[in-house]
Amino acid sequence: MATHYVIVGSGVAGVTAAEVLRSRAPDAQVTMISAEAAGFYSRPGLAYYLSGRVPERQLLLRSPANLRDLGVRWVQMRVNEIDVTNRRIKLADGQKIPYDRLLLATGSRAMPSDLPGSELEGVCYLDTLDDARNLVQRARRAKAAVVVGGGITALELAEGLHARGVHVHYLLRSDRYWANLLDTEESRLVEDRLRADGISIHYQTRIRQALGSRGKLEAIETEAGERIACQILAVAIGTRPQIDLARNAGIKVDRGILTDTTMVTSIPDILAAGDVAQAYNPILGQATLDTLWPTARNHGYAAAHTMLGDPQPYQRHVAMNVTLLAGIPTTIIGAVGSGSDADLVAIARGDSETWRHAHANWVVVERHDVNRIRLMLGERSISGAVVMGDQSLSHTIQRLIRTQADISPIRATLMQESHAVPKLLADFAASLEHLHGNHAPH
Amino acid sequence: MSIDRRSIFFDLTRANVLARGCVQPDAGRCVQCGICSHNCPLGLDVRAYAWRGIPITDSQCLTCGQCVARCPRGVLEFVPLRPES
Repeated sequence: MATHYVIVGSGVAGVTAAEVLRSRAPDAQVTMISAEAAGFYSRPGLAYYLSGRVPERQLLLRSPANLRDLGVRWVQMRVNEIDVTNRRIKLADGQKIPYDRLLLATGSRAMPSDLPGSELEGVCYLDTLDDARNLVQRARRAKAAVVVGGGITALELAEGLHARGVHVHYLLRSDRYWANLLDTEESRLVEDRLRADGISIHYQTRIRQALGSRGKLEAIETEAGERIACQILAVAIGTRPQIDLARNAGIKVDRGILTDTTMVTSIPDILAAGDVAQAYNPILGQATLDTLWPTARNHGYAAAHTMLGDPQPYQRHVAMNVTLLAGIPTTIIGAVGSGSDADLVAIARGDSETWRHAHANWVVVERHDVNRIRLMLGERSISGAVVMGDQSLSHTIQRLIRTQADISPIRATLMQESHAVPKLLADFAASLEHLHGNHAPH
Repeated sequence: MSIDRRSIFFDLTRANVLARGCVQPDAGRCVQCGICSHNCPLGLDVRAYAWRGIPITDSQCLTCGQCVARCPRGVLEFVPLRPES
């Protein structure tokens, strides 16, 4: 009988795995189960939909019909339980689906607000396509919005709502934005840009409660007693991997579902991939969470190969994200920060725990208006970088970090002549590429 | 006819880019937001190429650079079709 591969979740990890399984095992049966009616869509693209840069239809990547055309059996239903002993899963409608190998790619969800008044209509998140639709709808009528939280999603909410004509108050519990990743000056660059756009930033401000009448949000009250009238309270305080299904089945979990480097969980026929997987990281010697698209895609690819009986351990690349922070193109690579951020209670979206493993390195900063390069220098190599503004060197720096290039020839000069950083790096990378051939891979 | 020399130079340069250059995506940076496809004047599905990490070799591609300029994550860049010998 044909092997039956079952995938729970229709995000990038699940769909990548389905594509690999479909192409490598044409005779096998592949079933994808998801509660998302739209199938596979670009979650990071939701921010661009909110700000009006792309229409909603542009986000849709594989509809259920597309997936069926691929030869994937599509089941739109919530999964209630995994029966590990009999190797089958039970769906919300009572249906039972047997599996030979099961991949859990259930993703993560926004941490809900626990403030008094969080149940009011108008308290929003930016998590799913439905959330984005809801925000777009509400923005049509809303005059003012309050945004709380940190990381990339909080800014996407602030900027997206602002772009839709809503006056935005961004409330920070701390005294600066994304304090455990950015340095003081980088935070200020972002905050200055937000203010210049017309967004009001309130520092060291905590909400006591959300207030409303007849179930609808009307204002928030701060701990200092100030009231801010608003029709939207957008919350981005972090994400939480969806591990309940795995935990209830007796699979080992920590913050996410624990896996080895081939994405196998504590139960051999069950794998995990994407935001929900807390995969063992041999470099750090511990299992870490990432909420990055490329990580999820690599997880899906590695998981599918393990399911096929051809394990190819997940190659951990240096965690990297490119994003717009208040409109400033920003690349974050490797270990750049440490500590915690009062505005986030858990890992944000587009974030990696590995970014906060910066040691007491030497830091070199090259600054020119909003263009800024911060390099974290180890003894011999660059261990992390934040590139803001001009991105012409971001690919080069990414390569130098990923390959752990020995920078001793230019290290002393980098530290002494920070204004010459771009030229030094460009020339050095060019000389390395010349040594190792003209077409070094990205 | 003073414009001719300049326009011929421009046309030759453009022809050179068209003949020798193409848009290459870096799949590792792409999050499939679709801004590239949305802004392609010819309606090419640039994003589908980015998913597979293969260059946009569609003969209709004008190498106009709309997708390269608008991608918020620096996924796309112009590269020579064949390295110059």
